[in-house]
Amino acid sequence: MPNIIKIKRGVDIKLKGKAEQIYANSDMPQTFALKPTDFQGVRAKLSVKEGDEVKAGTPLFYSKDRDAIKFCSPVSGEVVEIVRGAKRKLMEVKVLADKETAYEDFGAADPKSIDRETIREKLLASGCWPFIKQRPYDVVANPERVPKAIFVSCFDTAPLAADADFVVHGLDEEFQSGIDALAGLTDGKIHLSVDGRTNPSSVFTNCKGVSIHRFSGPHPAGNVGVHIHHIDPINKGEAVWTIHYQDVITIGRLFLEGKFRAERNIAVTGSEILKPRYYKTLIGANIKNFVEGNITDGNLRYISGNVLTGTQIKPDGYLGFYSHQLTVIPEGDEERFFGWITPNFDNFSISRTLFSWLLPHRAYRLDTNMNGEERAYVVTGEYEKVFPFDIYPVQLIKSIMVNDIEAMENLGIYEVAEEDFALCEVVCTSKIPVQQTVREGLDLMLKELGD
Amino acid sequence: MNIFKNILNSVKPHFEKGGKWEKLYPVYDGFATFLFVPKHTTHSGAHIRDGIDLKRTMITVVLALVPALLFGMWNVGYQHYKALGETVGFWDQFLFGAVKVLPMVVVSYAVGLGVEFAFCVIKKHQINEGYLVTGMLIPLIMPVDIPLWMVALSCIFAVVIGKEVFGGTGMNILNPALTARAFAFFAYPTYMSGDKVWINTSTQAGQSVVDGYSGATALGDLAVKGETSLQPIDMFLGTIPGSIGETSTVAILIGAVMLLWTGIGSWRIMLSALLGGTAMGLIFNWFAPYAISPEQQAFMAVPFWQHLIMGGFAFGVVFMATDPVSASQTFRGKWIYGFLAGFLGVMIRVFNPAYPEGIMLAILFMNVMAPLIDHYVIEANVKRRKKRLQVKVA
Repeated sequence: MPNIIKIKRGVDIKLKGKAEQIYANSDMPQTFALKPTDFQGVRAKLSVKEGDEVKAGTPLFYSKDRDAIKFCSPVSGEVVEIVRGAKRKLMEVKVLADKETAYEDFGAADPKSIDRETIREKLLASGCWPFIKQRPYDVVANPERVPKAIFVSCFDTAPLAADADFVVHGLDEEFQSGIDALAGLTDGKIHLSVDGRTNPSSVFTNCKGVSIHRFSGPHPAGNVGVHIHHIDPINKGEAVWTIHYQDVITIGRLFLEGKFRAERNIAVTGSEILKPRYYKTLIGANIKNFVEGNITDGNLRYISGNVLTGTQIKPDGYLGFYSHQLTVIPEGDEERFFGWITPNFDNFSISRTLFSWLLPHRAYRLDTNMNGEERAYVVTGEYEKVFPFDIYPVQLIKSIMVNDIEAMENLGIYEVAEEDFALCEVVCTSKIPVQQTVREGLDLMLKELGD
Repeated sequence: MNIFKNILNSVKPHFEKGGKWEKLYPVYDGFATFLFVPKHTTHSGAHIRDGIDLKRTMITVVLALVPALLFGMWNVGYQHYKALGETVGFWDQFLFGAVKVLPMVVVSYAVGLGVEFAFCVIKKHQINEGYLVTGMLIPLIMPVDIPLWMVALSCIFAVVIGKEVFGGTGMNILNPALTARAFAFFAYPTYMSGDKVWINTSTQAGQSVVDGYSGATALGDLAVKGETSLQPIDMFLGTIPGSIGETSTVAILIGAVMLLWTGIGSWRIMLSALLGGTAMGLIFNWFAPYAISPEQQAFMAVPFWQHLIMGGFAFGVVFMATDPVSASQTFRGKWIYGFLAGFLGVMIRVFNPAYPEGIMLAILFMNVMAPLIDHYVIEANVKRRKKRLQVKVA
């Protein structure tokens, strides 16, 4: 086994509602949706209109700037609604699923025996391409580039995240096939990072044609950005690609069966879920079937993804393209009388200013209250406690705030994405919107320099 | 609490747009958020947030100052009755001190917050919590006999010149509380130094100051005579003349433990400042034989560890140097900043008898230098990144 890379800076926020390792039975959701807003750096253009019949793998929309990148329906059925937001911005494309899924046929192939161009074409045509994201900027990868390496994080340390080993159980062949396909896209290595705190699944450890790294430590030890930084950091002008381990399996299936099988095993979690469990579903599933009769009363927040980086959705909303988890926590829209003086036994803090450190907490039930108002930066050394990069986080954020491109570049913006700053945002005393700021910085760099 | 909610709700319309006190909205907002943590929920980014906010941070520091404040009150009374040669009980001593000290605290908060509120109304900012700590620090670093109007003037100077001209809490270069003290020190030197100001010797009918009484601080004595009659154990416990909050190393250590345990104060700064002071003290000890005058030789020969418990060193290191806004922000920068603050503090107090309170000047000086230190620390990080790129290209 390779050496363990120890991550010291970070924190595991223990929340209530960890999913039990059982697959729950529920009816297949009736509708599915793709949300163009999930794809950073993509301006979407529709390929279908309401009432069209689609198969699983039929493009629903494509990228205006790179029309080869297509975003395909996860199911077969009828396009029932196209939701637009302010300024007619495309928000959701909803598909009513057939009972029996019909697939577009992209043709099975052995990725080892076909060339790079063919692999690329296949991924683009089938809607698998958007799984691949590019660092810097954390956007859908540019198909014309050849990355210096591809990174796959094979574990997730975010609060209540799905257990990778449980989710991929028995999918050795699919995973290997997906990795083989990815290997054809780069001249460099494929880096798999596995959890150094557990005994990782053989799906990952027996994988061939990859270099395996072990990381241990608190969140964000499972973030792919941390892995890149410690294995082969990104320099100016370089690009690496990243992909989620479940999406490797979807790509694997494409090459084994020739179909876009958008299956996804998700964890339904959070303190307000009565029976937190795993569900087998598809990309973009409607969450109604997972939460109906399975939640507590009260004003709740539904999050597609985890509490750190997920997106708020409606109680009858849809899972995001990159979400592998549904989290439901209470809304915190209540005022707290002298809440800043009271002991705060039940609130989380990485400092010991709240008296919750007096009580051993197995897990917290946290709500969405900001716990204070936004202020200028006062406290220092706080982000550094949860940011395992050789980068000065506050200084980088400040350089973004003043749109200083040269400073951003010098301070290492190419190596980070919003998710890497999520914990900084959580622990921030001054309640600075850190992730949003990082995104603005990345967008600015992308606009000025191109990908 | 419903009463408060009702009052707030009933007056709120007056402060909102179109209300008769529309301009005073920041004041209303300040009080409302003082009473209730607002119901704001997360809208972008992480959905959960740490329970800490700036109010909590500041109140923690204020709590850490309480031991020094209480001890200071008692010590004011203790020194007073000692100078008069009278023996009174603990509570009489404490009460005497409280009567002297509390008005200073009240004046400091009233004046400072008043100025702060005025600026917030003018600039339409939210009221920031920074002054909660500054307002407590200022009386603690003043001599007990300073007139209240000087305290008030120092507070105004601190808030206006120390903070608001730079943009308010979080933007200042100098520590506001030290700015206040430096202002008083240079504007009214006769009230801020010498051997008459540290002990209240006001007498009533039938009382008189005992013969041979000295009101000088240890540093004052050493600077003038090269020796002091004060014992190290008294310096450590704090039963010596000095600024109200600075005398007791024990009380300050309790505060330091609170700051370090809660994670509010930087252990890097405290430790490195301690090391800096020790280093300078040791250097003085070694070079004492080569001093130019007998007084200085005696001062330089003072055992290095006594520098750490004399004067304002401990108070400055624990509560002033660690102010996150005016200190260095990077971890490495904090080591350098703290070390130099301690080092220079001891150097100034020994080499420049006119300024026995060297730590104040040293910290202010390092406040100015802190951005420069950070600049070079960050520049090193940038260079590392660029070097990595060159290695790749080569």
